[in-house]
This record gives sequence, structure tokens and C-alpha cells, in this order.
Amino acid sequence: MIGVKAKAWIERAQNGRLFYLIGVLAYILIALFVMIWLSRPGMRDAVWYPLASALAFAGFLGSLLLIYYAPLSGLAKAILGLSVLLILLPILGVRNTFLLEVATQVGIFAAMALGLNIVVGFAGLLDLGYVAFYAVGAYLWAIFGSPQANIAFGTNRFPLEPEWFFVFLFLAVGVAALTGILLGLPVLRLRGDYLAIVTLAFGEVIRVIVNNLDKPINLTNGPQGIRPVQRPPLFFKPWLNAVGIQLDDPTLYALYFYFLVLAVIGFAIWLARRLENSWVGRAWTAIREDELAAQAMGIPLVRMKLAAFATGASFAGAMGMIFAAKQYFINPESFTFMESIGVLVMVIVGGMGSIPGAIVGATVVTILNLQILKGLSLMLNKLRQAGVVIPLINFPLSQWPTQLEPAKYERLVFGILLILMMILRPQGLIPERRHRMELAEALGREAAAAPERLPMEEELSPVIPAPEAPPARD
Amino acid sequence: MAYLLELRKVVKRFGGLVAVNRVDFTLEPGRIVSIIGPNGAGKTTLFNLITGIYKPDEGEILFEGRPLVGLRPDQITARGIARTFQNIRLFGNMTVMENILVGMHIRFRASPADILFQTPRFREEERRLREEALQLIRFVGLRASPDELAKNLPYGEQRKVEIARALAARPKLILLDEPTAGMNPQETAETTRLIRRLRDELGITVILIEHQMRVVMGISERVTVLDYGEKIAEGTPEEVRRNPRVIEAYLGRGVAIGAIA
Repeated sequence: MIGVKAKAWIERAQNGRLFYLIGVLAYILIALFVMIWLSRPGMRDAVWYPLASALAFAGFLGSLLLIYYAPLSGLAKAILGLSVLLILLPILGVRNTFLLEVATQVGIFAAMALGLNIVVGFAGLLDLGYVAFYAVGAYLWAIFGSPQANIAFGTNRFPLEPEWFFVFLFLAVGVAALTGILLGLPVLRLRGDYLAIVTLAFGEVIRVIVNNLDKPINLTNGPQGIRPVQRPPLFFKPWLNAVGIQLDDPTLYALYFYFLVLAVIGFAIWLARRLENSWVGRAWTAIREDELAAQAMGIPLVRMKLAAFATGASFAGAMGMIFAAKQYFINPESFTFMESIGVLVMVIVGGMGSIPGAIVGATVVTILNLQILKGLSLMLNKLRQAGVVIPLINFPLSQWPTQLEPAKYERLVFGILLILMMILRPQGLIPERRHRMELAEALGREAAAAPERLPMEEELSPVIPAPEAPPARD
Repeated sequence: MAYLLELRKVVKRFGGLVAVNRVDFTLEPGRIVSIIGPNGAGKTTLFNLITGIYKPDEGEILFEGRPLVGLRPDQITARGIARTFQNIRLFGNMTVMENILVGMHIRFRASPADILFQTPRFREEERRLREEALQLIRFVGLRASPDELAKNLPYGEQRKVEIARALAARPKLILLDEPTAGMNPQETAETTRLIRRLRDELGITVILIEHQMRVVMGISERVTVLDYGEKIAEGTPEEVRRNPRVIEAYLGRGVAIGAIA
């Protein structure tokens, strides 16, 4: 009796979704177990710890991808994904705040990649100065959320109270979008390479302005940067204490920024997806595919391109502001051309025009930069201190020049990554997918198709009278 | 009779080359007319002038009595002129359905707020226009699935999608630039029939650039002949066929004299 039931159950499990559900759950549990095992005391002293921890974390985040692809119901996917992001990751993060730091940085870049994906991926406008909008958002809050504005305007009203942070978040979105429009108006008549060059220059112009605007009025404090930048209010601290969770402020802030960034990404995905599936997104893609034909279809080119620019810029503006508050300190060094290239690499690696692609690209590139390369550097240092000698060539690692540390390979890695992608998978890790029609529509089509079929060949009288003479003048 | 389209002494120069030279052209609503001429005669340039891709150096272009010169191509499309291209210009990485929906761009009324919050207005409009797009697909006799990427379709099918996309804007006038180029006789006959139905069933006025004389002679009510940017003849297909200047333009002077003699 029990045997029969069990057999039926196993069969159902193997055919059905339960099978996948168990697989996904097992994967998450194993990843979680590895993470917890790595966070045991003593583990950190191991030479291979930095690399192992980076790979384990990447594997843990990979569970989200697994959930995304698993053939489960939307509800199951949402529950699994949200519990990984909202419960498991924060719990791991409280034990090891570096993970939260990495996750937050991944999130910041993911939101930027989503924004740049609208400009480059959807509308096909190659923007090499995207970091400029990030800088605009960051400096907007850095100036008014610090005593810097007192110096510039000769008052003692500043810094603004932490509560203003949220007002400025909306303001940063607006100001960045406005900057996008102001840049776009003269520039968007250009195409392709020319647009790329002008936007590249614009990115540099913003950085140089910020670098030099310490005189005549000291607005940005020049190369020294601005410190301290006000952080958002910890309004929920009393509530947490009330339920018995006691955490120190740095951990609370780390958690705070993590959730804030997650919320902005959620919003960004929602916005990008809604736009993508409407006449706005289709107009953008049409412009990317063929500008002239798009215009001939009645699409106002300049207006739609400006809309793409402004939408993309607004994401960067919001993220710049969160970045400024998180870092506590900003200077022009954070807004170099390499940052623009970095975000572009994320979009290309992920797959141009693909929303999940942008997120995956941001995750891969950021973990590579922040964890794997730095981890390799740490490993190398440990080996160096231990006096390890490379066998065969008898090269003592202590003589390895510091200029060749893996952490300094960022540009090399971008380059290699781009070359590999272009050779092996030019469409990106998760390529853009065009939308299939909904089932209901397709069924409607089948039903309606029959009566409206075109008449067959024979039923129609020939429309072209046979020419009397051979058409000599063709 | 009121003209739907009227060109008055339109001139377009590219450097020293006069691509279109003082061309007058009038078109009554409900006609199917052709523009023919040897390669480089200025036919496509004329289309580009009407649709606003080029700006004429001299002359006027009136559509329903109102001037078109100075409007952008998208504004001209919104006035009711749609076109296809000589070398097919579909949005290759979009589906057939999406291509046609892009053609409907000017007809979408949902605001960005409607889109973001997926209001009933947005959903209803999207559903209605998608349904209409399916009707258009059937109308042009497309066999491919609406979900197929445009670049994966065979050549003849791509031409049909391009016509469907142009029809999607609900134009009053459609400009077809060599719609049968590269087609076999069967496809050509099918397309010719389709062009007739544009006028007969949808009431759209048609201007056609065409090289295949069978098509031109078969469906045009009037033929305009361009050569070196100038209008050298105009009339019914029969008249044009016998016009010595036309024969000369196509076959050279010696043949023309021989044909008349």
C-alpha cells in the first residue's frame, strides 16, 4: 500500500515541477551550507579563503539565476527569489558585512546597467559618458548633505537633516534626467561613432568640472572631494530594538543600503519591463534597428531618443546619490571614464537589450573586480609572506612586483572579457528575447483565420492581361 | 477636382547633379499611378522628397491642399502618407507583429502613466491594435507566424510585411518603391493583386515605382516617366508605351527611330 503510494509520488515528482523545486531548494541549501562553513572562525586564515569565498558567493547568487530559469510557477519563483534576497543574504551579511558591501555594490551597478541598457540596448545609442549622470546624482546629495554647501553659499543651514535624503532621491532622479535632456538636445542628431565620441567627452567634461569647481566658488571641493556625506535616517532602529534585534550602526547601515538598492532595482526592473512591452519600447528598438525606417513609421526620433537618454540617466542619478551616502566620501576619482566602460561591459556581457542580462552582467563583472581579483591579490600576498617559491623556474614570489598584483588587472580583465564575449557569445550571456504573443491571442487567431482566408490562386481572374506583343521596352 | 497630392516645380540638387528638375505632379484620390524611368532617373528621390527625408531646393509639395515642405518625416507620416523602401528596411530583430505595431506608432494614445500602471486604457488599446495587426497580416496574405523575427522570413514575405507595416498607420496615400523587385512571376502576380486591393478594399491611393512593365501596364491608371530628373511623359499606359521620348530614354536614340519607322 505504502509502496504503491510512494511509487506514484516519485513518478509525479519526476514528471512535475516538484522535481525541479527540490533541485532548486537543494542547490540553495548547499550554497548556504558552503557559505556558513566558510564563515567559521579560523577559515579566514587559510590561503585559499578569499578566492573560495568569492566563488561561493557567486554560486550563492547563482541560485537566483537557477530560480529564474527553473520551470516553476511565478508564485514559487517569487517566493524563492525573495527569500534568498530578503532573508538568506541579509542573514549571511550580518555575519560577514563584506558580503553585504559586495551585494550592495553589485546592486548599484546592476541598476546602472539597467539604465544604460535602455540607452544602448533598447535604443542603440552608444553612450560612453554614462558615469556623468552618476556623478550628477552623487554630487547633488554630497553638496547639500554635507557642510560643503555652507562654504559655497555662506550659510550655516547645511548639512541637511538625514530625512532630506528621500526628497533628494527624487530630486536626483529629476536633475539627472534633466542633464540627460540638456546633453541630448544638441547631441542626439549625431549617429553611431560620433555620438559615442561626444558622450565620452561629456563624461570627461563633467569630471573635469567637478575637479575644478573649488574656485571661484567652492562648490565641489575639487580633487579633495567632499566628506562627510550625510546618511539616510535610521528611522527603523527603535522598531528593530523593540522586536529584540540589536545590531551596531555600521551593520545597520550596510543592511539599510542593501535594501535601499534592492528597492531601487526592483523599481528599475518594473519600469524597464513595462516600457519594453509598450509602444515606447518598440519605438526605441525600431530606432536601434533602422533609424530612417523608424522615422518613416512616424516615430519622432529626437523626442524618443531624449526619452531614452533621460530614463537611463535618471537610474544613474539615483544610484549616484545612494553611492555618495554609502561611501560617506566622494571625489572626482570615482567618476572616471573607466566607470562608464565598466557599466558598458556589464551590458555587453549580459546581452544588449536584455533586462536579466544587464543584472547578470553587473553581478559577474562586479564580483570579478571586487572579490576575485582582490582575493587573488590577497592570496598572492599571503604566499609571498610565507616565502613560497615557484618550482621549476625557482622564482621566489616575494620578488613579484607589486605593479603586477591581480587587483590592478581590472582593465586587462575588461579587455579579455570583451574579446572572449565577442568570439564566443556576441549576443551576451542572456540574449534579448523578442516577445511571443500571448496564448489567448494566438488562439483567437486560429479561430478567426478560417473565414478570412485569401482566395486561392484559381479563384481569381488574372489581373494582368497577357501582353499582345512581347514587352520589348522593359 | 481637389488633388490629394500636388507637386509644383519641385527641384532637388545634390551638388552639381540635378536629381529632380522642376517636376510637376498631381494625383487625384483613389488612383493607382506609376512612376517609371531608367536607373538614376530620380524616382526614389521623388519619394524621399514627398516623405520629407529630403527637403526640396525649390518648389512646393501639397498634401490635401496643405504644404508638406519643412515637416519632418514622422510628421508627414502622421498626415497620412506611408511608404515602403526599395531595399527592404524591416526591423530585422523584431517580430512580424512588432514590426506592424511600430507601423501603428502614431495611433497609440496611451500615456507613459498608462503604460507604467497598465491601465485598462493601455491594455485595451494594445489588445485592439494587436488584433488589427493580425487582420493586416491576413490581408497581405502572409504565411509566416506573427512571432517570427522579420530577418528570418523569405524575401517575398518580407515585402509583404513591409506593406502591412505601411498600412498599419492607416495612410490615405501609400508610396511603394519597387514592391515586386526580385520576385518570381507568381509572387509578382500576387503582389499586383494586393496593390489593387489596397485601393479597392481599403480606399488607399497608391503611387508605385516599378521596373516590371507587366505590373506597370497591368494596374496603373496613369504612368509618369522620369529621365535625368525631368518628367518626359505622362499619360495612360498605352500612351506612354507609344511615346517616342520614353522609348528613347529606355533603349537609346537609334532604337527609337527604328521603332517609329
